[in-house]
Amino acid sequence: MKTVKIDAKGMHYTPLNQKIRAAVADGAEEIILDNVLGQRFIGDGVRGNVRIIINGVPGGDLGMFMSGPTCIIHGNAEHAPGNTMDSGMLVIHGSAGDAVAHSMRGGKVFIRNNIGYRGGIHMKQYEVEARPILVIGGTAHSFLGEYMAGGLVLVLGIGKEKAMTDRGIGSGIHGGEIIIRGEVDDYLLGVGAKKFEFTEADLERIAPIIKSFCEQFGYDPAEFLDTNYTKIGPASSRPFASKYVWE
Amino acid sequence: MTLGSVPPKYKVSIDRDQCMDCGRCIENCSYGVYRREGDKILIESRKCTACLRCVAMCPRDAITLTEKPVDYRSHPVWTREAREDIINQARSGKIILSGMGNVRDLPIIYDRLLLDACQVTNPSIDPLREPMELRTYIGKKPKKLEFKKTESGDVELETKLAPNLKLDTPIMIGHMSFGAISLNSQLSMAKAVAKTGTYMGTGEGGLHKDLYPYQDHMIVQVASGRFGVNIDYLERGAAIEIKIGQGAKPGIGGHLPGEKVNEEVSKTRMIPLGSDAISPAPHHDIYSIEDLVQLIRSLKEATEWKKPVFVKIAAVHNVAPIAAGIARSSADAVVIDGFRGGTGAAPKVFRDHVGIPIEVAIASVDQKLREQGVRNEISIIASGGIRNSADLAKSIALGADAVYIGTAALVALGCRVCGNCYRNLCPWGIATQRPDLVSRLDPEAGAAQVSNLIHGWTLELSELMGAAGINSIESLRGNRDRLRGYMLDEGMLKILDVQPAGA
Repeated sequence: MKTVKIDAKGMHYTPLNQKIRAAVADGAEEIILDNVLGQRFIGDGVRGNVRIIINGVPGGDLGMFMSGPTCIIHGNAEHAPGNTMDSGMLVIHGSAGDAVAHSMRGGKVFIRNNIGYRGGIHMKQYEVEARPILVIGGTAHSFLGEYMAGGLVLVLGIGKEKAMTDRGIGSGIHGGEIIIRGEVDDYLLGVGAKKFEFTEADLERIAPIIKSFCEQFGYDPAEFLDTNYTKIGPASSRPFASKYVWE
Repeated sequence: MTLGSVPPKYKVSIDRDQCMDCGRCIENCSYGVYRREGDKILIESRKCTACLRCVAMCPRDAITLTEKPVDYRSHPVWTREAREDIINQARSGKIILSGMGNVRDLPIIYDRLLLDACQVTNPSIDPLREPMELRTYIGKKPKKLEFKKTESGDVELETKLAPNLKLDTPIMIGHMSFGAISLNSQLSMAKAVAKTGTYMGTGEGGLHKDLYPYQDHMIVQVASGRFGVNIDYLERGAAIEIKIGQGAKPGIGGHLPGEKVNEEVSKTRMIPLGSDAISPAPHHDIYSIEDLVQLIRSLKEATEWKKPVFVKIAAVHNVAPIAAGIARSSADAVVIDGFRGGTGAAPKVFRDHVGIPIEVAIASVDQKLREQGVRNEISIIASGGIRNSADLAKSIALGADAVYIGTAALVALGCRVCGNCYRNLCPWGIATQRPDLVSRLDPEAGAAQVSNLIHGWTLELSELMGAAGINSIESLRGNRDRLRGYMLDEGMLKILDVQPAGA
């Protein structure tokens, strides 16, 4: 495996990204970034199958517009990792800020701990193979999956009494699904969101994702492979169809 | 329903002596005004939108369409429109949706601004024999240029220049998305801008593969819903525009109804088939000017700082300080969209009542940026109700670098401004995705019409500049001395920074 090491200490994000791009162009299969401290846009618009190991805390918009790479982050991440990401994977060994996976339309974002507000907002799906997946090990704040138009948001609530306690889940959702470990109180649901029964067939569908998540963070998947989930989806694919009348 | 029906807005009639019963009116009307019953063509005027397709296609000029006089008791306050809107909402309890631009009879400031012309002491310039420089560069400009001398004695530019768009004429076509308008409409305009050396916007509908051959003339848009946005899309565009606001509906988002989301629209927008395309009011990763800076920089970083990034805002009361903030970000141009801007669909109350005129917005933004010493570092693009080359010249004299046209380009394609764009039934094949209607618009013919319009306006702009003794667009930009206000109040003249006629 061709590995390239980059010391990001004190480096601005543009030269850092230039070095990443140059390494990818040079055929690197693995890039290790050490001493990352708040640099934004790491992996922004980067293509290819490279694996990027980030040691430290990346800044906002990690992996934005990214198409292909896998980023393993040993630390927390700032806001909006996976913003408008096309494909690839982010594995965050910690927590992340607001608007995680904003408008993501392919690939996976795995967060070991918690995320901020508006996680999974605008996630969309237009073909079966381009299905974005956001898995949160801990919990999320309000407006999770707001305006969601496709894909999957899974909240496991590890270490929490209840996986979700913040409101506005799936406000304006018109596609995709939000699956939350355990029971979800009705008052937490946003406008246009509806609870559906979580079946064995659903478990079969998401089991590979749970296993993949557990593999990344060293959890035992057996703890999660049951039907103790709440499925939330859109009440309609046309939430605003009845809001307007012709002039 | 106790409200009953309201009187029809239009009266359609056929001159039966002229009519040859060919049925083209039936074929052409997508709203179902005409139908055949036995050997007779019957008319249902109530369904008419005044799109005028039937009138245009009747081979015998047999069809007459008139606005029907008001059937209600006349009243200066409770107009027909006021009453019918109430009846509509009493019946439905919903938001009234409208298309195209503001329909209120508010004074148009452009029409109260007069351009100057030279006479004896400062002679005019004849564009027939003198070169007129209309080339415009849109993008960030350096504060100053620095040079260095090489060992061989040559002088080299040391300042790194930001990427700019090179326009052969200061007219661009604004953002009208695939979904809101048809692919044939976009293709017509794309061919026209490529031919005339200018640019058009994709809108927030992504970039259809059939437009790839014209990508060097496309400005790709990033709106809150991020429709169609991926790295490939960003790299294809000649420039990137972040849409924050739109003149026809400031403060609210966009909404393409699910019936227009067919397979091609779904793929291009990257959204599910048949679902509503919801682009909400705010960008959910922008909650401050600092966040906006971050989005601009993320787009530049993704495209390796090779593309100019514009920020489009609606013209609202505090437009000047907002633009000043944008000018200090990494944005290369600020687009200001006035309250006469068109739209495929907007709540009527927003279209007609929210925002400010583009004329005052251009002047106040230009003034603010000049006061702060940053005007020359960023470009201003004005849009929203530019109807002719005089509006274009006045916009530039008020401080714009270039304009976006929208409705004018659609009119060049055949649009009759009937305002029913959101119904997916546009009989001209413009604001529709219905294949039989889309095929009515020939992209080659459409391209010729739109490029003719741009060419005609460009010629007129040259003549207007020549008449004013100006041979370079640079000298017209922000040149208020070439404008005079007529029948404008003192306050307005002050904001426009224009002298009254006679002064």
